[in-house]
Amino acid sequence: MSTRVYVPADAAARSVGADEVAAAVLAESRRRGAAVELVRNGSRGMLWREPLVEVATPSGRVAYGPVEVDEVPGLFAAGFLQGGDHPRKLGLTDALPWLAGQDRLGFARVGVIDPLSLEEWRAHGGGRGLDAALALSPEAIVDAVTRSGLRGRGGAGFPTGIKWATVLQTSAPQKYVVCNADEGDSGTYSDRMLMEGDPYTLLEGMLIAGLGVGATRGYIYLRSEYPDAERILVGAIAAARAAGLLGPDVLGSGKAFDVTLRRGAGAYVCGEETALIESLEGKRGEVRYRPPVPAVSGLWGMPTALNNVVTLGSVPAILADGPEAYAARGTGRSRGTLAFQLAGNIRQGGLVEVPFGISLASLVYDYGGGTASGRPVRAVQVGGPLGAFLPASALDLPLDYEAFTARGAIVGHGGIVVFDDTVDMAGMARYAMEFCAIESCGKCTPCRIGSTRGVEVIDRIRRGERRAQHVALLRDLCDTMTHASLCALGGMTAWPVQSALEHFPEDFGLGPGPGPRS
Amino acid sequence: MHVPSTSPPSAPPDREVVVGEAIALLRHEPGALLPILHHIQDRLGWLPPESLPRVAEALNLSRAEVHGVVSFYHDFRTHPPGRGVVRVCRAEACQAMGADALVAHARARLGVDLGETRADGGVTLEAVYCLGNCALSPAVMIDGRLHGRVGPSRFDVLTAGLAKEGA
Repeated sequence: MSTRVYVPADAAARSVGADEVAAAVLAESRRRGAAVELVRNGSRGMLWREPLVEVATPSGRVAYGPVEVDEVPGLFAAGFLQGGDHPRKLGLTDALPWLAGQDRLGFARVGVIDPLSLEEWRAHGGGRGLDAALALSPEAIVDAVTRSGLRGRGGAGFPTGIKWATVLQTSAPQKYVVCNADEGDSGTYSDRMLMEGDPYTLLEGMLIAGLGVGATRGYIYLRSEYPDAERILVGAIAAARAAGLLGPDVLGSGKAFDVTLRRGAGAYVCGEETALIESLEGKRGEVRYRPPVPAVSGLWGMPTALNNVVTLGSVPAILADGPEAYAARGTGRSRGTLAFQLAGNIRQGGLVEVPFGISLASLVYDYGGGTASGRPVRAVQVGGPLGAFLPASALDLPLDYEAFTARGAIVGHGGIVVFDDTVDMAGMARYAMEFCAIESCGKCTPCRIGSTRGVEVIDRIRRGERRAQHVALLRDLCDTMTHASLCALGGMTAWPVQSALEHFPEDFGLGPGPGPRS
Repeated sequence: MHVPSTSPPSAPPDREVVVGEAIALLRHEPGALLPILHHIQDRLGWLPPESLPRVAEALNLSRAEVHGVVSFYHDFRTHPPGRGVVRVCRAEACQAMGADALVAHARARLGVDLGETRADGGVTLEAVYCLGNCALSPAVMIDGRLHGRVGPSRFDVLTAGLAKEGA
C-alpha cells in the first residue's frame, strides 16, 4: 500500500520551493522503490514553515518543515514515510500548538484535502451546508445567515443577512451572486488560500447565496495577481458542473445555479463593490454613486448579492451546524470567527482563524512570535492600505469591529502587517497617499487630486518647509478626502496618514525625537 | 551535451488570428471587453494597436470606450513587454521586509526603471501592489511565477538570465 505524502500547491508554498520538493519526493520514492501517493494540498497556513511536508501515518499526519529540496533524500533515509525522526520533524500536524488553538470553520479543510477532489471534500464535511439549504425556503436561508451574525469579511463588516434580505425582497427577472475575489489589500491572503485550498466551499457558499436570494447566476471576480487561484477555480468549476453541483439542476433539486470566473486587470479600486460591477460589465472600474446599492440595482441593473470570498466561505458552516453555533463564538456584535493573516515583518507569518475578541498582541506575539528581524515592534497596520497604523503600545486592543472603530482603526479583511523599529512612518504616510494616487479611479476630485497633493504636502513636511502650516494643511486635506470622497479608497486613505501623524509625530519632525528619517 | 532541437522555435502567434479568435469566442459573453482583451494579451503579451478598432467594432463600442478601458487597467500593455517580465511588490507587507531596497537593487541589476522595458528588449520591470504572499515577503513575480522571501542575493539568482550586461 502506498503512503500518502502531502506537499502544498498553495502559491505561497510554491513561492519558496514546494514544487521542487514535490518533484524530489517523487524522484526519491522511485529511486528507493517506495510506494508514495503525492497529494498537492492547500496550505495549513503555517506559512513560515513552508514547504511543509506531511506524511499520513496510522497515528495521524506528521509534519516536517520547512523542507529544503536537498533534504528530501535525508527524510527518506530517516524513515519519514513512517513518521521517523528528523531535525525537520514537527510532530503530529493537528497537535501543533499553532494549529490546535485555532477554531477553523471556513478554513476547516484548507490544507487538509486535495483541493480538487470532490470525494475528499465531501468526506471532510463539505456540502453539508448546501444539503441543509436545499431543504429550506429562501427566507429560512437568509434568516439563518442573519441570526449567525455574519458580517462582510471583505472589510466593510456589513451584516450579510441584511444584504441578502434586500436582494431577496427585490423582485427582478434575474438576480446575481457576485463573489469579490479582488483581494488587493496588502497583508491579506485568506481569500487566496481558501480559493486555492478549498474552492468547492466557496462554490458551496455561492450556491447557498443563490438559493437564499433567488439568483441563478454567479460570477467570481478574481484579481489577475492570483494565477494559481485562477487555475484551481477553473478546475473546480468544471468538476462541479460535471458532478451536477453547478448547472441547471443542482444536485437534482430542480434549482439552477452556475458560476462564471472573470479575471480583473490590476486595478485595486475594483475591490470596491460598485467599481467591481462596472468592471464585470466590461467598463472602466469607476465607482458608482449610491444609492441605489448593488443589492437593489447591481450587475446590469439587477439585484446583486455581492460578497467577499471569506464571507461566502463562512456560509456553509453556518448552514451545516446552525447559526447558533456560529453566533456563540466571538464578542459584542462581532460574531463567529475571522481568519487573521499575519504579515510583513513577522517571525511566524500565517493564517490564524479564531473567534473575534482575541487581542492584537496575542496574534502578533503568541502566534506571530514577534518580528522576523528580532527588533522591537514599532507599528502594526490592520485592515490593509486604508487601515490605521497602531503603535506597539496599543496592541492590547481586542479584534472586534466596534472596538477598532472606537480607536479610529479598522479590522477590515483581517490582515495584520507588522513593522519593526526601523520603519519610517512619515514614509509610510507618504506611501498611503501615493498608493491612493496610483489606484484612484479618478471619478471624484478629493481622491484623484487630494492624493497627489497629499504626497506633495508630506514631502514638504519631511523637508521641514513651514512644517506647522503644512501639517495643518495635511489635516485639512485628510478631512476633505474623508468626507467628500465617493468610496473608501479616497475616504479612508486619511486613516493611515492621520494615525501615523498622531502616533509617530517625531518621524515628521514634530515634537521631541530624532526628526525625519529621510 | 548539446541536443539538437527537433522542431524550429515556435513562431509567434499570428496577431490577426488571435484577435479574430478572441472576438469569435467571447463576443457574446455579457461584458465581453475585458475577457477579449485578456485573451489577446495572454497570447500576444500585449495589445497591438491595430487590434483595438477591431474589438471596438465587434462589440459595437466606440474606439474611445475601448481605449478608456485599456488605459484604465494597469495590466493592459500597449507596448510589447520584454522577454522577461519582473514584477516587484511594493505594498506595505513587503515594505516592512525591505521592498524599497529590493526595488533599488532590481533597477540597478536589470538596468531598467520601474514601469519600463530595457532598450534591448530583454526585460520589463514593474511595480505590483500585493501578490498575496505577505507572510513570505518580499515577494516578486517573474514571468507569472511567484517567489517569496526574495532578498537581493536570491533576486540575482532568480533573474540570472535577465541581468544587464556587466551587472
